[in-house]
Formats: sequence, C-alpha cells, structure tokens
Amino acid sequence: MTNHAWSLLGLYLVLLLLSVWPLGRYIAAVMEGRVRWLRALERAIYRLCAVDPGQEQGWLQYALSVLVFSCLGTLALYAVQRLQVRLPLNPEHLANVSPDSALNTAISFVTNTNWQGYAGESTMGYLTQMLGLTVQNFLSAAVGIAVAMALIRGFTRHGALSIGNAWVDLTRVTLYVLLPLSLAFALVLAGQGVIQNLAPYQAVQALEAGAQPVPSTQTLAMGPVASQEAIKMVGTNGGGFFNANSAHPFENPTPLTNLLQMLAIFLIPAALTATLGHLTGDARQGWALLAAMAIPFVAAAVLAISAEQQGNPILTGAGADLNIGVAHDSQPGGNMEGKEARFGIADSALFATITTAASCGAVNAMHDSFTPLGGLVPLVLIQLGEVVFGGVGSGLYGLLLFAILAVFVAGLMIGRTPEYLGKKIGPFEMKMTAIAVLVTPLLALVGTAIALMTDAGRAGISNPGPQGFTEVLYAFSSAANNNGSAFAGLSANTPFYNVLLGVIMWFGRFGVIVPVLAIAGALAAKQRIPVTAGTLPTHGPLFVGLLIGTVLLVGLLNYVPGLALGPVVEHLLLWTGSFGGAQ
Amino acid sequence: MTRATRALFDRHLLGPALIGALAKLDPRAQWRNPVMFVVYVGSLLTTALWVRALWGGGGGSAMEAPGFILAIAAWLWFTVLFANLAEALAEGRSRAQAATLRAGKRTLVAKRLRAPSYGAPIETVPGSELRKGDCVLVEAGDTIPADGEVIEGVAAVNESAITGESAPVIRESGGDFSAVTGGTTVLSDWLVIRVSVNPGEAFLDRMIAMVEGARRQKTPNEIALTILLVALTIVFLCVTVTLLPFSLFGVDLMPAGTGAQPVSVTVLVALLVCLIPTTIAGLLSAIGVAGMSRLLQANVIATSGRAVEAAGDVDVLLLDKTGTITLGNRQAAAFCPAPGVTEAQLADAAQLASLADETPEGRSITVLAKERFNLRGRSLQPLDAHFIAFSAQTRMSGVDLSGPGGERRVIRKGAADAIAQHVQSLGGTFPAEVRSQIDEVARRGSTPLVVSDGALVLGAVELKDIVKGGIKERFAELRRMGIKTIMITGDNRLTAAAIAAEAGVDDFLAEATPEHKLRLIRKHQAEGRLVAMTGDGTNDAPALAQADVAVAMNSGTQAAKEAGNMVDLDSNPTKLIEIVEIGKQLLMTRGALTTFSLANDIAKYFAIIPAAFVSTYPVLGALNVMGLASPSSAILSAVIFNAIIICFLIPLALKGVRYRPQGAASLLRRNLGVYGLGGLVVPFVGIKVIDLGLGLTGLL
Repeated sequence: MTNHAWSLLGLYLVLLLLSVWPLGRYIAAVMEGRVRWLRALERAIYRLCAVDPGQEQGWLQYALSVLVFSCLGTLALYAVQRLQVRLPLNPEHLANVSPDSALNTAISFVTNTNWQGYAGESTMGYLTQMLGLTVQNFLSAAVGIAVAMALIRGFTRHGALSIGNAWVDLTRVTLYVLLPLSLAFALVLAGQGVIQNLAPYQAVQALEAGAQPVPSTQTLAMGPVASQEAIKMVGTNGGGFFNANSAHPFENPTPLTNLLQMLAIFLIPAALTATLGHLTGDARQGWALLAAMAIPFVAAAVLAISAEQQGNPILTGAGADLNIGVAHDSQPGGNMEGKEARFGIADSALFATITTAASCGAVNAMHDSFTPLGGLVPLVLIQLGEVVFGGVGSGLYGLLLFAILAVFVAGLMIGRTPEYLGKKIGPFEMKMTAIAVLVTPLLALVGTAIALMTDAGRAGISNPGPQGFTEVLYAFSSAANNNGSAFAGLSANTPFYNVLLGVIMWFGRFGVIVPVLAIAGALAAKQRIPVTAGTLPTHGPLFVGLLIGTVLLVGLLNYVPGLALGPVVEHLLLWTGSFGGAQ
Repeated sequence: MTRATRALFDRHLLGPALIGALAKLDPRAQWRNPVMFVVYVGSLLTTALWVRALWGGGGGSAMEAPGFILAIAAWLWFTVLFANLAEALAEGRSRAQAATLRAGKRTLVAKRLRAPSYGAPIETVPGSELRKGDCVLVEAGDTIPADGEVIEGVAAVNESAITGESAPVIRESGGDFSAVTGGTTVLSDWLVIRVSVNPGEAFLDRMIAMVEGARRQKTPNEIALTILLVALTIVFLCVTVTLLPFSLFGVDLMPAGTGAQPVSVTVLVALLVCLIPTTIAGLLSAIGVAGMSRLLQANVIATSGRAVEAAGDVDVLLLDKTGTITLGNRQAAAFCPAPGVTEAQLADAAQLASLADETPEGRSITVLAKERFNLRGRSLQPLDAHFIAFSAQTRMSGVDLSGPGGERRVIRKGAADAIAQHVQSLGGTFPAEVRSQIDEVARRGSTPLVVSDGALVLGAVELKDIVKGGIKERFAELRRMGIKTIMITGDNRLTAAAIAAEAGVDDFLAEATPEHKLRLIRKHQAEGRLVAMTGDGTNDAPALAQADVAVAMNSGTQAAKEAGNMVDLDSNPTKLIEIVEIGKQLLMTRGALTTFSLANDIAKYFAIIPAAFVSTYPVLGALNVMGLASPSSAILSAVIFNAIIICFLIPLALKGVRYRPQGAASLLRRNLGVYGLGGLVVPFVGIKVIDLGLGLTGLL
C-alpha cells in the first residue's frame, strides 16, 4: 500500500469515528420522539395517513405494516416505470420499462438492494428517477432503520407487548434523519459539480473531434442527479442515476466527492451502534459492535488495496511495468483496468470495499476488472451477510443476529444459558436467528445453482471459466444480501435474471426482517436479567474477537466451496502462470 | 452413603452399550436426532452407491471405485454407531448408578405397633415398608420414619433438619401440633404416630425414566442448540447440493481431454457429513444423560432435566441457616454469671447439670467448663446425683444432689422464662442484671440458657450457633461465580445479622415465615433472577414450587419432595453448590463441543475441497496444505477423523468439561483457547496422521 492509500484510509476512519457519537445520539433522540422541530408536518402526515402515533404495535403488526408498506411501494414504483411514456418530465421520451425489468427494479429499490439490470440514462425518465427511485431510496432506508430500532426496543423494554409503531418510526426517520442529511449532502455535491436539472440531454462537441473512432459530437445525459446521489449514499442504496454509477463524472466528479460519498455510506450504519449503546444505557456495547464492524473492514480494505496495487503478473511478464514509481504516490501503478484515472487504485479499491461492506452497491470502478483477490474482497464482504457496517439499519440488526449466535455458543461455554444485553436467548429466538442467518446463503447458493443449470442462466455468462462463475455467484450473493453492486460482465437484463433476482432480493430482505421483528417481540416480552460477575461481558475485546470469529465462521463457511471454485482458482491460475486453460 | 465411582468404560457397561448402539440404528430412534439422521441417510446412500458400483454402475474415476465408496460408507456407518454408543454408554451408566442407589438406600428401622395404642406389641420393620395407616412407636433418640400424625403422647422433637429452627418443638396428639415429619428426631418422651404417606420410592423411578432415551424430554437449551445444529445442517446440505452444478459448470467449460471430472456423489456425501456438526450432535444426548448421571453420583435425584440446566444459571441461592450455614446444634460459648457469682461457680453448676445430658448442647457445656476451668467430668455416683431429663412439660433439665458430705442441691438449666418460673416457685427472684445479660447474648446471635441452684439464679450460658468451617470460602467462591447467597432463618434480625456477617453471606431474611420466603423468591424472579433453594418442611413447599431450582431433602416431608425438582438423598443443604456446578458443567460441555465441532470444519475444507476439485483445477492442489497423499486418501482421512473424534470425545462428554469457579471472561478465554483453537488445530494433525496411516497400511 502506498502512503496515499494509508493516509486516505486513516483520514476516512478518523472522519467516520468523529461522526459516530453525535449522530448516534441524535438518531436515538429522534427515535425516542425527543426531536420535534418538524412536529407540525409530522402531525399532518399522521392525520393524512390516519395513524395514531400513540398506538403501539406488537411485532406481528409491526411486521405486517412494514410488509404492506413495502408492497405498496413496489406496486407504485412498478406503475411509474410502466407508465412513464404518458407521465410528464420525460424529455427524452424514453419508452415504458419492460415488465420483467420494471418488476426487478421495483423490488430492487424497495428492498434497499438497488441492483440495476437497466442503464439509467437510457431507461428511466426524470419523473421515474425522482418520484419512483429516489422516493424508494428514502423509504427503503427508513424501513431498515425502523426495524433496527424495533430490535433495539426488544432489548431495552421488558415485559412489553409492543415494539413501537412502524408508521411513526418510518415518518420520524425520514423527516428528521434522512431528509436533512440528504439535503445537506446534495447541496455539497452540487457545489462540487454534480448536476441537478430537468433539461433535455445535451449534444456537445467532442474535444478529440474527427479522430476516429471517436464521434465528433457526444450526447451528455442530464437530470436531477445531486438530489438522488445524496440519498443513494446516505441510505446505502447504491442505485446510480447513470449506468456508470459513481464512476460517472456527473455523479462523482472529484476525489473530494469520492471521499464524502464513501463517508456518507458508513455514516448511519456506524452511528446506529452508538444509538444502540445510548438506548441500552451502556455505551460500551455500542463501541464493541462498532469495533466488530471496523476491524474486518480495515483488514478487507488493506487486502483489496494491496491486491489492486500488485497488479497483474501476466502483464508484468509481458513487459508492462505496472509498478512504475512505487515510490511516487502520484503514479502508483497497479491494476488500473476498469478504474477511473481521477480516483486511481486506493480511492477505487477503498470505495469497492466500503460499498460492499455496507450494503450500498454504488460503484466507482468495475469490480469485474479487479484482480482475483481484489474482487474476492467485495464478494466476501457481501457474503458475510452485510454486517461489516452493512446497510442502514440492516447492518446493525444483521450484526445483532450474529451477536446472538456468538453469545449462544459462548454463553454455554461459561456454563450459563445464553443471554445478550440482559435478555435470555431461548429456543424461539434461536429459531428466528437461524432462519434469518441462513436465508441469504440458501438464496444465493440455490440461485447460483439454478442459473448454472439452466440455458437461460448460462446464456448471460460472457466470461469463461472461473471468472464467469464468479460473476454469477456475485450477482446472486449481491441480490440475496441486498447489496446491489454487480461484478458486471453478466448480461442480467433478461426475463430469467430479472425475475429470479427479483424474487431473491425480496426474500433476502423480508426473510430476514420478519424473523428479526419476531425476535424483537419475543425479547421485549422478557424480563431483563441483571448483570452479575457470572454474566458474559459483551463489551470487551474478547467479545469483539468472538463476534468477528462468528461472523467469519458462520458467514463464510457456506461460501468456501464457491469461493474456491471462483476467485481462489483464478488467483492461483494467475499467479502460477497457467491462466487461459493451459493446465 | 458412599459415592459410586465407576470407570468410564466399565466392562460390564460396554457390552450392553454396544448392543444398545446397534439397536439404536432403528430409523425411528435416529429421527430423534436430525443431524445424525442426515449421516444415517448418507450411510444408506453411499451403501447403495457401492452396490451400484459393484454392478459396474457409476464412473471410472478413483472417487467412484467400489473400494473407495465402500470405505466411505463403512466409516459413515461407524460415525452413526459411535454416536449411538455414546448415548447407550451414558444411559447404561445412569441405570447402573440408579440401581446402586436403590439397593443401598438407607432404611430406617421402625417400630410398628400391632394396635394403635402405646404398649401394644411391637414388630421391627424397615421404614420403607411402612404404608399409609400403619402406626409406629417412636421413643427418645429415635428418628421418625415417615410423615404422620401423633395419636398418642407428648414429646420434644428436634425438627432442625426441616424447619431450620434449632430449638426443639413440642408435638402432641390432637390440636395444631400433631403433625410430624419423617427424618426428624424425638428428643424426649415417646409418641405413637399414624403414618400418613407411602414411602417416596417413586423419585428414583422417575429419574430412571428421564435417562431412558425414548422418554427423555429435551430441555429448552437442548432444543435451542438443536435448532442451531439443524440450521447448520440445512445450510451445509444446500452447500453440498449446489456444489454439484458448480462443479458441472466448471467441467463443462474445460477443454476436452483435460481429465476434468465432476465431483462424485460419494464425495459430496463425505463433505456433507464432515461439515455438519456431527461431533456435538452425536454426543448431545450423551452429555445430557451424563449430567443426570453426575447428579446421581452426588446422590441427588432430579425429577426434571430443565432444573439441572437451570442450576447452571442460578443467580440467587436461598440457604437455610441451620444445618447449612451453621452446625445443626448450638454450642456453649461463654458463661455469664449473675452478680455475686463467679464464673467458675456458674461453670461448675452448669457442668453438673449437664453431666448426664446427652444432647449436643449439654455435652458442649461440659466441654466448655472443662476447657475454661479445668473442671473434669465427675462421677455422679458419690454425689448421689439424680438426673432430671429435659421434658416437654418443664422445659428444663438438671440434677438433684443429695450426696453424703455435700449439701442438697437442686440445679436446673433451661430457657429464661422456665427458670424464672422455677425459682419463683421456690421463693427466689430473677435478677434484673441477668435479664439484661440475656438480651445482650441474644443480640450477639446466640441463645441464652439460664442456670439456677435452688432459688438462686447463677447466670446464663451463651449457646452459640457455630458457623460451619469452610463455608465462608464457599460463599466467596459463589460470589466469584456471580451468585448471590441469602440466608433464611427464623431468628430475629439481630441474631440473623450477626450470623450472616460471620458466615459471609450477601443478604439474609430474618424471622422468615413461608410467606416471606415465597415473597422473596417472587421478588428476585421478577427482577429476572433465577432462584435456587433447599427445603424440607411442608411449609417450604410453596417456596420450593416457586423456586427455579428446588432441592428437597430426602429427610423432608413428602410435600416438600413433590414441590421440589430435585431430591438430595444425603439431605445435605450445601449440596446446592455442587448442583450449580453440575449444571454449569453440563452447559459448558455442550458449548465446548459445539465450538470444537464448528472449528473443525476449516481443516476439513482444506482436506476435501482440493481433493474434490483437483481434477478440474490442478492449481487447487496448492490448498492441500496438509500434503495429503492422494485425493481419495484425503477425503477418507477426513471422514475417518470425523468418526473417531466422536469416540475420543465420549469420555469428555460423560465426565464433562471441568468447571472452575472464576469470572465469566476468564472462563470464556480459557475454553475458547482450549476448544476453539484446539478445534482449529487438532483436525489438521488428526487428518494428516490418519492419511499417513492409510498410506503405511497400504489401504489405499
């Protein structure tokens, strides 16, 4: 790693850590109803939706509310895409989106996955982008945070029948957290050059006019980008306005916006650990969870950046010096394939690590073009279940599921039936945790197997051998874990992939959310157990290590054979010089 | 009662266990353990594949040779059998222990009356033969053989084993004081008792039923753990099943003629069995049964497996003062003479009054006098002494002296009010100074015994509750384990506080009534704590029923035994501490083996993945870090390791992981180190050794 890479990673971590405590406390205050500066608007929304904010819900009711809300969102988003020709703000007269693509996209944005089978600038009109996609960027993020809050209430309440009101939680998160953060961030982005307009696409004279094969004029796509870009990051959505996502200069013009975008991704997932610490009355619990997220993240980032920095031995062998000026931070060399020159190795590999550690899925470089190990890192981070920071809300509740697993085994090892944050973990919680933790590997593996066994599935694979396999595995891992980034290279905008991935995204999201809410309900009803000398401490380095170990072991064991047949084989082929079927 | 110690692999147990292991191959028995059921199905499947291969079916690769498939199938069957053996062994040990207990059960001798009246002919029978409605005679010094009702006579009964009250109580026919409980001792006089219950033999039978496989109920924690294991099994099933299409895809994209072979079903079954947590699943029921067995070894009969598990979680321990924290009987600690009386005079009189007193308290007075004033026990003969025994009517004991040369003396000792009455009847007065001394003694947590000579009050003897040796250290140990101890006593607050401080308990409940105990338990439970208590009296029954872990003394009443979920055959109230340790050990063993089992998967992946796919991607040979001889040897070694590790861990499952009373964090660090790190490293070594062995013996 170059000095630039180290200092970038260091700066990033410092800025992130500085934000955790204040934002975490603010979110806690919002969820407790202590932030009221938009109370008139808040009350108006409740009246409009006929919601009684004082009416608390049991877990089943809460889960039904979330499901109904998400179903309605899916329908609305589907409708907007299918009717966009007749709707205003479509200056390019883009056609209605095909049924399978519209279904896939609707589910994708409602489940906070933001897998994109389509190319934004040639598919979605401005109204679809704004009223459809951007709205769901806010709402799907709000759902994630609301569910995390419900789970925290499960731990903090005792002998309670309810875990909050889903409608109130969704409203407050959107009004007081997501909207203000996004507004501020959008303004900063716009200041840095991210476009925000409703103008038709512009034809401009190319600089290299006349030189074949570059055409003399180029069409530049326009649109309300900044407003969508902000929530795309803050809500860990990741669905780009343009097909090139954050590699596009209108989405992510400068190294500064790149840094801010990376920060925006982890902002809420990191702060929620402090929210948990604050609400449970033990800040150390939150810090422990943050550490369990940060340590694997730093390891992954170092590995990814180093792998990309090393470059490609075959190119080196062919005489290309990829390591020119290792001493020069301005010309670091390494594997620049598929990366933007304005970002380079460190900013691209770090972005890839962050976007897959969190379930964001925005990309500023093509993961398909990473070295096998560099590509392994994002894939593994996704497969761990999006708990290394993870999505807004979903990262926290995902990690809490692993914490329940960890205390279960560790609790037994100290001779007590397991407990976490003062709540006993019984058979019901275990059953729900098992479902929630296992549903995503099952979906990813079975989905990959179906794609490999069917002609329709194999038709989309364009790269041969292990790389082609990795592309499919990445796509299904990304969908099942609601990440949404693509390894690219896979032609996934077909009815087969659109429908199969759509189904997997839906169950990957709600197959976890429903059990999580069930756990919240069961825990809220339990008594709080006082801490004694015999209680397993869940805030020290020992527990952090144990939690990381559990995440790695449980999260990764399922994927070891798949990884061995994909990136690992490719890495070995690359470095033993036997690439290209010359075994 | 002696503790049954038994070799882990007793010859007499191993034979029946082997037969039991075969009998458990019944699919209905296997279905009870879903993880092992998967292995069972895998064994059937590979056996079928072997038969097919014999007839020339299947492919021609090394992984599809009949010999290889047979070897895998055989070791899968062994895996199932070893798990069965572990369970059968544990069950056999428990049965043998229960049988020993049943045979050696202490039988009280009862004097059964042929007719329900004093003086009727007596026949001597074992207490266990008494049935409801029988009448028995109990005389001074006898233990009451069973719960019953007094129909004739008045007597002082020592119920300290039951009520915790060290002072004797009066039991007489008719009225409120006619009920007596088994295990209590008659101190004076005699009683005719009508037995009201049949003996509680049923507990042992209930315990035996609990260790028998078919009727064994899973405990909540066992269920939760099984859920986790089943979930892992499902996901690994999915991993291996989807591996076939992954492999086919890889092979399809290879140029023809590279010799790439898709992974065979035998290898997939082998991988599946190695990945699913067979080690813990195979030993899980053995661990549970062995926990019961360890309880039996401690002479405790549990009537619910849930209680044994809960014992590991106990946060609050309610302990009766008498018999648990203090010795059952009080001992003389000091002489407090009345004004004008020397201490030696008081000691002399007290000793004289106690020379013929065979109660522990009486003996302790004699001993104290000897220690303090070198007053030797004298023969009463020359003094022409006439000993007056304690009786329920007078509530005093003493001696009348009328020896030659000695003046006539009437010495009495007894409770303050009884002596006051006695001296007043002789025309004396009870000095106010003695009265204040008595209060002072009570404040120190002791009981005063007043001594009089004729109409003169000589002073008081302080009878002190003696805190058991070593009990303070046990309580400190419990505190380190995170368990709060609460002493329960009928004494007043002052006395209770003094003893609590001396014994080092965390808290106490003084002047405890059954309602108080019940309220205390409910209060702690409402705070989310798990409460354990011991009890033996009928009045303990409600509290026992409420407590999470309730140990009834075998000497206690039937009602107490029914209300509790464990019975201690030794009637030793400190047994609770051992029970807590056994409960913790049970949970720790489960946790340790689960961790071990999961950590094993990493080495198994390193053995099997390169072996299974090296024909498609020769570069994967780089992952063969153990340097195993050949792909088939690697896979077989992993399967063999997976089977025999169950055998190796049977002793650990039966004996349990050792428990040390230390804080949670250090305990976890230790066990994570041993079983987590061990689970990572051991299979690497084990698989390599088996692989070398296979190569040496030329089996493959």
